[in-house]
Amino acid sequence: MNMSVNIAGVEWKNPVTTASGTFGSGREFADFFDISELGAITTKGVSSKPWEGNPVPRIAETSSGVLNSIGLQNGGVDRFIEKDLAYLKTVDTNVIVNVCGHTVPEYLEVVEKLSDEEAVDMLEINVSCPNISEGGMAFGTTTEGITEITKAVKEKSKKPVILKLSPNVADISEIGKAAEAAGADALSMVNTFLATFIDIRSRKFFLANKTGGLSGPAIKPIAVRMVYETAKAVDIPIIAMGGIMSGAEAVEFMLAGASAVAVGVANFRYPKVTRQVIREIGEYMEEQGFEDVSEITKGLIE
Amino acid sequence: MDAISLLGSQKDCFSAIIKRNEPIAENIFEMWIEAPVIAMSAYCGQFVNIYLRNQAKILPRPFAICSIDHSKGWIRVVYRVGKHGTGTREITYMYPGTRVNITGPHGTTFPMSHKKCLLIGGGVGIPPLLQLAVSLVDVFGKRPDIVLGYRNDDTFLVDEFEELGTVHIATEDGSRGIKGTVMDAIAQNRVGAEIIYACGPVPMLKAVKEYALEKDLTAYISLEARMGCGLGACLSCVCKTSEVNKGTGVKNARVCKEGPVFEVREVEL
Repeated sequence: MNMSVNIAGVEWKNPVTTASGTFGSGREFADFFDISELGAITTKGVSSKPWEGNPVPRIAETSSGVLNSIGLQNGGVDRFIEKDLAYLKTVDTNVIVNVCGHTVPEYLEVVEKLSDEEAVDMLEINVSCPNISEGGMAFGTTTEGITEITKAVKEKSKKPVILKLSPNVADISEIGKAAEAAGADALSMVNTFLATFIDIRSRKFFLANKTGGLSGPAIKPIAVRMVYETAKAVDIPIIAMGGIMSGAEAVEFMLAGASAVAVGVANFRYPKVTRQVIREIGEYMEEQGFEDVSEITKGLIE
Repeated sequence: MDAISLLGSQKDCFSAIIKRNEPIAENIFEMWIEAPVIAMSAYCGQFVNIYLRNQAKILPRPFAICSIDHSKGWIRVVYRVGKHGTGTREITYMYPGTRVNITGPHGTTFPMSHKKCLLIGGGVGIPPLLQLAVSLVDVFGKRPDIVLGYRNDDTFLVDEFEELGTVHIATEDGSRGIKGTVMDAIAQNRVGAEIIYACGPVPMLKAVKEYALEKDLTAYISLEARMGCGLGACLSCVCKTSEVNKGTGVKNARVCKEGPVFEVREVEL
């Protein structure tokens, strides 16, 4: 049975990675299990300069979902290379670094610095964070925006480039097609859904930032539909995410057309969940008599 | 524990047995959990994450460890059930004999000191100080001064604190101890100290900070925060720090990782 996948020229030992922002740089989870078992580790967002993030409260729980408004807090790319990447070098798996910025030059500064790092295998360009005021989602919600950022990043990057798409658009497959046309090597989708939560007793917004991004099983059926529509529209591989809590949801996204999957807030509920997802995908393949994991991606019967 | 854990992973997810779970005051419950590995490795000030059975509630609930029974391998948490609580109510229905998923211990510990210690607790900030008092008595054989603030005479854990140190009580309505705040109780009882440990609501911690700065005392405070993962990954539970934090690289710190215990000068309240 072969569980390995090739995403834009990078060989993954299995199709499972982590969703940016839910796994740090892996260290906190390495306390629980051998994180080199993952197909890839996708890090939290990294910007050119340190970002303080948003005021607290930054997180709220809703039924089958989590609303977050972290605001991409991070210590900046230089610190990331020095601390996080130095650690990730010791982990025998692929490293996907999530790149964020307010402006094109800010994105490019991070891309150029990370392009020179051997330990970085792929770059995921975050054009879909709903929690920062400029940049972020702005590039990911129009075909013009995604074309501009993708072209600029592709010109500078020496690593394969994944564009992380926002679901907060009228037709996500159009954005995916524009990214592909501009040179994207892969897509990851979906980022969180812009949402909010009002505390009825205080009559105030629960999150200090008023709005946040919704993720978790609550959004899974919408994410699956979006992956299905986009997979039909593009030829580049898709890394799918949105409410994967076990192998079943991972398989569902792959049947919708994804080549790989990312596990997000499920890491908060069960720190060893990614290992469980990998095992359960294997069990599913056995059950269906599949020899190669790509058979799931091609396996939807319409 | 699985093989990887035995090979050197420091933490694990445990399915622990609930031994007791009952009210000890109005809307305050204590729960004893049989979790030998956590009991063995935990220190005062640390917390555990408890995972709810309800699949619709994804985030763990963090609880400070109130006390540890090393001989039985049990830990105790004391928690308040909010009137409109979404989750803690479910925890009150976790019956003895059933299992609960739990991780820990997480976070920093109260640094122990041989100096003259003053413990200040307010409301549900009181329980984490109990194991500290136990440890101080065990290690240094000295009874600390303990000042506890409650809303009214519906107090909890007082008897246990009285076995460990000199207890002064303040209540908002004056129905037990002095009427006023913990700071009023310190002033009225002329409680002296060389080092302070405090846990409670933010206004109380602000008063403690002011007092510690004025008297030039070291003070360790344990912060509460709305957490996501409770493991240090999601950056939800940060507090503002006076300097760039080593763990985050910016001027804030993760309460679940660099905290919950901070020296009062490190953080902005």
